[in-house]
Amino acid sequence: MVKVIRFFFSVLLMMIYSSAFGSEPEHDTLNHTQTESLDLKSSIKEQINHHLQDSHDFHLFSDETTGKHYGFPLPVILWDDGLHVFMSSEFHHGETVVQSDEKFYTLNHGKIYKTDAEGTVNYDAEHHHVINEKPLDFSITKNVFMIFFVGLLLFLMFRSTARSYKKRGDLPSGIGRFLEPIIVFVREDIAKPNIGAKHYKKYMSFLLTVFFFIWLVNLFGLTPIGVNITNNIAVTFALAVMTYLITTFTAKKDYWKHIFWMPGVPVPMKVVLAPIELLGTIIKPFSLMIRLYANITAGHIVIMSIIGMMFVFQNWIGSSLSFILALVLGILELLVAALQAYIFTMLSALYFGSAVEEHDHH
Amino acid sequence: MVGAGLVVIGAGIGIGRIGGSAMEAIARQPEATGKIQTAMLIAAALIEGIGFAALFAVG
Repeated sequence: MVKVIRFFFSVLLMMIYSSAFGSEPEHDTLNHTQTESLDLKSSIKEQINHHLQDSHDFHLFSDETTGKHYGFPLPVILWDDGLHVFMSSEFHHGETVVQSDEKFYTLNHGKIYKTDAEGTVNYDAEHHHVINEKPLDFSITKNVFMIFFVGLLLFLMFRSTARSYKKRGDLPSGIGRFLEPIIVFVREDIAKPNIGAKHYKKYMSFLLTVFFFIWLVNLFGLTPIGVNITNNIAVTFALAVMTYLITTFTAKKDYWKHIFWMPGVPVPMKVVLAPIELLGTIIKPFSLMIRLYANITAGHIVIMSIIGMMFVFQNWIGSSLSFILALVLGILELLVAALQAYIFTMLSALYFGSAVEEHDHH
Repeated sequence: MVGAGLVVIGAGIGIGRIGGSAMEAIARQPEATGKIQTAMLIAAALIEGIGFAALFAVG
């Protein structure tokens, strides 16, 4: 029961963070033009950006010839002196201006801006950035929807595993047969060596949640439906913040003593070490966030760029080589998905272990 | 641009050295392969983390 509560708390925290920031496109190094571009390379960059960003509707694919879009819209929830809720289909993919209680909103490159009845969008002088104001955006975007979905999936998988133990004793059945060795792996090889046999139990729920969540979310990011959850730095930020909070709030006295007044070194060194160690407590979860985000984002950008190259080479040899390269890199990404989940979980366990470690001082 | 290239060279050399010494260690003691592989992966991930952070800061 406690496990379920903690799991839902984790999912809820992630939801809140990503829905607040998730609709902003990530800062990326590809320049993209705002106007209509006929050049092939620019349109490839537009497509890549569009694929990697969060969006307010679930756009599965669209028919070029008939112009029909297949997918389903998601609710838009805005806070702008009052709550505005409407479905994103009213935007008609950015063509119409939506009116809601005397306020007008328009969709421009995936972001929602306040505007007037004609839908004027004001641009910045040099950078072609839009300078309209934005309302507070709490919508259920694609990423938030997928986080819900993955949470539900994990809940169902683990519930069926837990239930099958009741019926069949020691052996699970169904999906439990696949999950049990992995859960035992997390307990024996990640939790126990790093946290110690005495205290590992209370951290197990978080470690299991984080491991399976990151793994599943990375795997979903490799599918063509275009949901990239760990691509969003807000999501990895939320995960890292949870690790930091758990480390800080379950730490014992020895942990704080080692940070502020490291025993066993001369006094001038202690004074020098204190700010460094304090900064270290923030930098460690920060590096967790950056590592997960950068690995997954870089992998996705590289694969999509190589697929885009397929369209630039219009001959047989270049396109087929690009395709094979993209395929091989895709297989490597499968490994990276699992590896990043493992590394995140292991480093979190390491930080928890240092928080509850008991030293015997002389 | 040059900074990004230097970062990748640094990360590449670091991970290459770790891989090399990991392989030597496995050759000496094949029964410790599991532990050595785990340690190698952890060190490689940490180095890659720094590499990516620097790459994002430069680019």
